[in-house]
Amino acid sequence: MDVTISVSRYNPDSNLPGSYFQDYQIEVDDSSTVLDALIKVREEIDGSLALRCSCRSAICGSCAMRINGQARLACNTKITDILKRGSGSVSVEPAGNMTVVKDLVVDFSPFWTKVRQIEPWLQPNRPPPEQEYIADDDDMLHLAGVMDCIMCGACVSDCTVLNVDKNFLGPAALAKAYRFVADPRDDADVIRLGDLNKYGGIWDCTRCMQCVEVCPKDVDPMSRIMALRDKAMEEGYTKTYGARHAKAFSDLVEHSGWLNELQLPIRTFGLFNVKQMFKLFPVGIRSIINGKLPPIVHRSITGVENVRRIFERVRDKR
Amino acid sequence: MFEHDVLVIGAGLAGMRSGLAAVNRGVNVGVISKVHPVRSHSNAAQGGINAALTDRGDPWQDHAYDTIKGSDYLADQDAVAVMCQEAGQEVIGMENMGTIFNRDDSGRLGTRKFGGQREARTFFVADFTGQALLHVLYEQVLKAGVRVYEEWFVLSLIVRDGQCCGAVVMEIRTGDIHVIRAKSVVMATGGLGRVFEPSTNALICTGDGMALAYQVGAPLMDMEMVQYHPTTLKSNGALMSEAARGEGGFLINSTGERFMERYAPNMMELASRDVVSRAEQTEINEGRDVNGCVFLDCRHLGPKRIEDRLSQIRQLGIDFANVDMVEAPVPIRPGMHYQMGGIKADVDGLTSLPGLYAAGEVACVSVHGGNRLGANSLLDTLVFGRRSGEHAAERSRDMVHQSIDDNDSETDRKSIQGMLDREGRELFGKIRFELGQTMNTNLAVFRNHSGMEKASSEVDRLRDRFSKVVVADKGKTFNTNLLFTLELGFMLDCAEAIISSALERKESRGAHTRTDMPERDDKNWLKHILVNRIGDGDREIQHLPVVITEWAPQVRSY
Repeated sequence: MDVTISVSRYNPDSNLPGSYFQDYQIEVDDSSTVLDALIKVREEIDGSLALRCSCRSAICGSCAMRINGQARLACNTKITDILKRGSGSVSVEPAGNMTVVKDLVVDFSPFWTKVRQIEPWLQPNRPPPEQEYIADDDDMLHLAGVMDCIMCGACVSDCTVLNVDKNFLGPAALAKAYRFVADPRDDADVIRLGDLNKYGGIWDCTRCMQCVEVCPKDVDPMSRIMALRDKAMEEGYTKTYGARHAKAFSDLVEHSGWLNELQLPIRTFGLFNVKQMFKLFPVGIRSIINGKLPPIVHRSITGVENVRRIFERVRDKR
Repeated sequence: MFEHDVLVIGAGLAGMRSGLAAVNRGVNVGVISKVHPVRSHSNAAQGGINAALTDRGDPWQDHAYDTIKGSDYLADQDAVAVMCQEAGQEVIGMENMGTIFNRDDSGRLGTRKFGGQREARTFFVADFTGQALLHVLYEQVLKAGVRVYEEWFVLSLIVRDGQCCGAVVMEIRTGDIHVIRAKSVVMATGGLGRVFEPSTNALICTGDGMALAYQVGAPLMDMEMVQYHPTTLKSNGALMSEAARGEGGFLINSTGERFMERYAPNMMELASRDVVSRAEQTEINEGRDVNGCVFLDCRHLGPKRIEDRLSQIRQLGIDFANVDMVEAPVPIRPGMHYQMGGIKADVDGLTSLPGLYAAGEVACVSVHGGNRLGANSLLDTLVFGRRSGEHAAERSRDMVHQSIDDNDSETDRKSIQGMLDREGRELFGKIRFELGQTMNTNLAVFRNHSGMEKASSEVDRLRDRFSKVVVADKGKTFNTNLLFTLELGFMLDCAEAIISSALERKESRGAHTRTDMPERDDKNWLKHILVNRIGDGDREIQHLPVVITEWAPQVRSY
């Protein structure tokens, strides 16, 4: 069957300003991937099309790009699947949140800078063992789920936080950080968690799930970030707004069986935190205008003791 | 101009292991790679890495014997001994650096069975062992602060006074051409799979290193020994790891028969790869196939074992063959996978050209001879990567640089300008495809004289067309069009070396099986074949005895 593929083109060496879409008509079959199509374009139609690709089997991480608006690996995305899902067309653009170098090639250097920032190497603080470290198979298999990450950048491309704050370490680097924090052979957990607790780290994720959605290897970066938050709080890093927010949320629900929305910001920021309280003022006004003001007198729900029992059970289990 | 004591070309396992070894010896190291290190093809090694651990009652000699038998006695036995003796330390070293390995019940490293071996001595991480090792080595390279030239392409090696002393390179992002001066150069660019179509290899495996060395007069050895892996997918040539058979998967033909019973009654599906591939091809040729494929049947392993240990290849089957191995047998066939031959090198990586080292798939040490055992390639990259890095560092320590400068890039600049200026209609993609098909038709599992002759004249014709090839993209920034064209030049050189070695070997041994000369001939051909380029385009073929220490050649049966 014949398919039209619209490819985003940009060449800094040409006189054409900015990027534009170019359509290519190509013949594909049921098993053809987007990468097959792009390779066909560059080998048979237009040799000037630039893209990174190598292994063709979702292991090298070279070919993450936006296909019909979402980050994917071109090599394991079948054209028929895309056609079924979408409006019958295929559009290919470079990965997001990174500067375009040419056509579908983006600048990965900020990505690697952030990976370097988490000091991604094992840091044991004990004499090396004579043979291998003794470790539990389940622990290692758990880590293998994170080591599956091929650093393709799909999660970074579609991360909604990076879209507004370039300082965020991002899902890939944070998942990598988790890999070391959770490794029984690594002894630098406390220092690592301290660094991750800072601005740009684990508390800047908004849990939008995009990274989970687009990850081609099911690494589930967001859950790794949440696990890092738990570990950070367990290690006593409880002073950030994020940690205080999490603690206040849980305490308030335990107390009355449901969330006291007026108390939440006060406990998170502190009543005498004038700057933050001031910032909340417009939010309060808007919620009054829209009829969304939480009840001034917050009452416990009936059966609150059952909710408390759930909390106790969870605490006992830990 | 850039300058390093040791310049490593290639940043896969061999390259990074070499760079790390050299930097640990206190010299200044640069690593250059046409892709980011974690994009390297070492990633694709799925099944594991072999090591006989003496403290577990597996003497290295047993591993050596299996390797030598697997090689059809073409491997140099002194080199195999070095590799097998140092295997344990290399695997443990990688674990200590942070590699996650599957464990046994006592928390020690677990093993699985692999083809052509009597012991379960393959250490593994699910079915992405290569990726796990590669990422850890990259971490270590970052930690050591080695200068990595990411996405830089090597155009040629510089030789002065009979010594390799640098390289002419292109920064892909800008298109700028530079000279890197080095006291020693370690070649670690991996294989040449794309010379064949299809191949399990990544698109970057274009034989650059072999061709670069060949062009400056370093001989290539045993280039006729091209491994066809028994289990590859038809649609895109993707690899289904030997781990599938290691974990207990069967091979069946169109009648449902486990046909390996007739070819290798003892080791069955886990015979050496050349043996299994020949058996499959025979089944296919004799009509017991379905659409040119036989089947890999893993259904009896159950969903849990498949998910825990073979999840990646299960996904590959779903993605590229529309078959879930939990529910149905996967159609597979032999496919080009690995080059046993390469730049002739010794156990310290030294090639015939002073100053030039080689390690990994690009090199021929030779430890794989006529057929490589599964999970010996990762071991090869680490052991000889490290040894070449150490030797190159020691050699460079008290040396001075040769006086080369940017003028040494003139020839490359002119030839690239010539390519860019050319007009016409010849596209690199067509030539590459025809080259691959020619090689896959005539130099596959079964070969014969007339087919190889045909391939030879076809390659000559393609070379003529290559000289007229047009680069549509005339720009400087990230000009992949130009890169692919340069790579095609390398591939044509590799094809030439493979064909001339294959025509030279007048017997059947390992992966080189000739229907017109089906027997192994130890009397005349227990030797290596070297191809050397002399002058412009002329070739010289030499023979070299195989080093036999304690394992005399025997009839090979599995």
